[in-house]
Amino acid sequence: MNNGNILEVRDLCVSYGKVEALHHAHLQVAPGRIVTVIGPNGAGKTTMLSAIMGLLPAKGEVAFMGEVQRNMEVEHLVAQGMGLVPEKRELFGEMSVEDNLLLGAFQRYRAGERDHDRTMAEVFKLFPRLKERRAQAAGTLSGGERQMLAVGRALMARPRLLMLDEPSLGLAPLIVREIFHIIADLKKTGVAILLVEQNARAALQVADYGYVLETGTIVLEGPSRELADNPRVVESYLGLGGKRD
Amino acid sequence: MDLQIALLLGQDGVVNGAIYALLALALVLVFAVTRVIFIPQGEFVAYGALTLVSVQAGKVPGTLWLLLGAGLVVAAIDIALALRVGNRRRLPAIVGWNLVLPGAVAGALYGLDLAQLPMALQVVLALAVVVPLGPMVYRLAYQPLAEASVLVLLIISVAVHFALVGLGLFFFGAEGSRTPAFSDASFQLGTLNVNGQTLWVLGASFALIVALYAFFGRTLYGKALRATAINRVGARLMGISTTLAGKLSFALAALIGAFSGILIAPITTVYYDTGFLVGLKGFVGAIIGGLVSYPLAAAGALLVGLLESFSSFWASAFKEVIVFTLIIPVLLWRSLTSHHVEEEE
Repeated sequence: MNNGNILEVRDLCVSYGKVEALHHAHLQVAPGRIVTVIGPNGAGKTTMLSAIMGLLPAKGEVAFMGEVQRNMEVEHLVAQGMGLVPEKRELFGEMSVEDNLLLGAFQRYRAGERDHDRTMAEVFKLFPRLKERRAQAAGTLSGGERQMLAVGRALMARPRLLMLDEPSLGLAPLIVREIFHIIADLKKTGVAILLVEQNARAALQVADYGYVLETGTIVLEGPSRELADNPRVVESYLGLGGKRD
Repeated sequence: MDLQIALLLGQDGVVNGAIYALLALALVLVFAVTRVIFIPQGEFVAYGALTLVSVQAGKVPGTLWLLLGAGLVVAAIDIALALRVGNRRRLPAIVGWNLVLPGAVAGALYGLDLAQLPMALQVVLALAVVVPLGPMVYRLAYQPLAEASVLVLLIISVAVHFALVGLGLFFFGAEGSRTPAFSDASFQLGTLNVNGQTLWVLGASFALIVALYAFFGRTLYGKALRATAINRVGARLMGISTTLAGKLSFALAALIGAFSGILIAPITTVYYDTGFLVGLKGFVGAIIGGLVSYPLAAAGALLVGLLESFSSFWASAFKEVIVFTLIIPVLLWRSLTSHHVEEEE
């Protein structure tokens, strides 16, 4: 099923015991595109990303770079070029910013690639604030800086697909805007992005294509411009302000 | 008690304490990375010492058969699994670590005139037999249940401990052995007569601790182990697999254990089951460090060593009782000073 998509998910089902959290979900991400999945709290967005990344056992088919993945171990998928910035960031709090970034390149280091210094310079260019704080422990950073570190750490692996789980969660509005600017900038580096967000307005503004996930089922999809005009989306997710350019 | 005796007991205590400190560090490491309370740590001490005794006697140690057998089983399981998910790239590593390496060790043990080798080489050979058993034990006993609760992992540890003690009796017999001292030198320090083995133990322990410090602080693999201990999910997302971290920490624990055994072999008679008590005393030290702090664990282990040697002077019949009773006030103190954190998931 190689039709040029970076990621192709079919019939993905995840259950927690008897409760099905994700119901025959499907999804496609084309190279260099930003695709977003929006939906209310508890719709199964994080579950979906975790299942794609191999963190949760799931039924269904995940094809990455045109190949159906038989080995759904996280470490294997990371080696293939998938990266996930989880909702909780999962940083190494007691270690320095620099060590956190360095560990982002662990998989590539193990495979014999030794260009982590150059990659780190690129990450520092993207996030100058991280460079200032390079010797500081990750646990002492502010919320926005932590998010930057989490994204930077994922970029150290030079992923082909970067999955971001609620990057704006818990951040001040000004920082949220900065984070979305960075996401738009990342697109220029050629990495495909799968963005999961509750902040539908910002997500649809930055994305090329969108899916709406409600109670474990994909209920709507389309180019993000069209989604942003869809009355149902406007009513449920964008609120009275309607579409704003 | 006069100063002379106090110094002598102090010397004894510090030497034993250094060994306990090494074991305590290994226990903290293994627990932090894998959540396993590594009761079989002591067996690696006995295996290290007794394997060296066999090598020095010019005999092929029985542990070699364990190494070859475990390697064969691990290789069979891992090759089958790798083929099932179509991951052929892992095959060279599996064959290399589990078949080629044990084979090479066997070749060396059979091909060389063991008794005539210089001592350093004998030590290296003994380590080469025992240390690879660490990751193999992890692969066979712990990896299939790596996500289980601490209690389940503890029960596995007890089982592995009994299995290894039994195998130790089978390989080495019930008699205890000693090895010749690394050095016969001794000198006077004030009124205290310091023998060469004391310096060897202290120097080697110190060197090993410095090496571990450098490993965790400077190398990417060391940092990866720390990362796994701090945040398992985060580490997995970096491609640091729980399996890799587990095997690496067990290899280090086996190395520390076997090396400790080789260090104490000239000081004390080692039996197939000696390791258990030695390991437990390291464990008391590790508990003083709350199973998380390396410096506190090492300091605690030194305290255990000193307490043991002084109590063997005043109340030698109760020396084990006194040492292990130490754990009760320590646990009380720890539970009062630290707030309880529920184990995640």
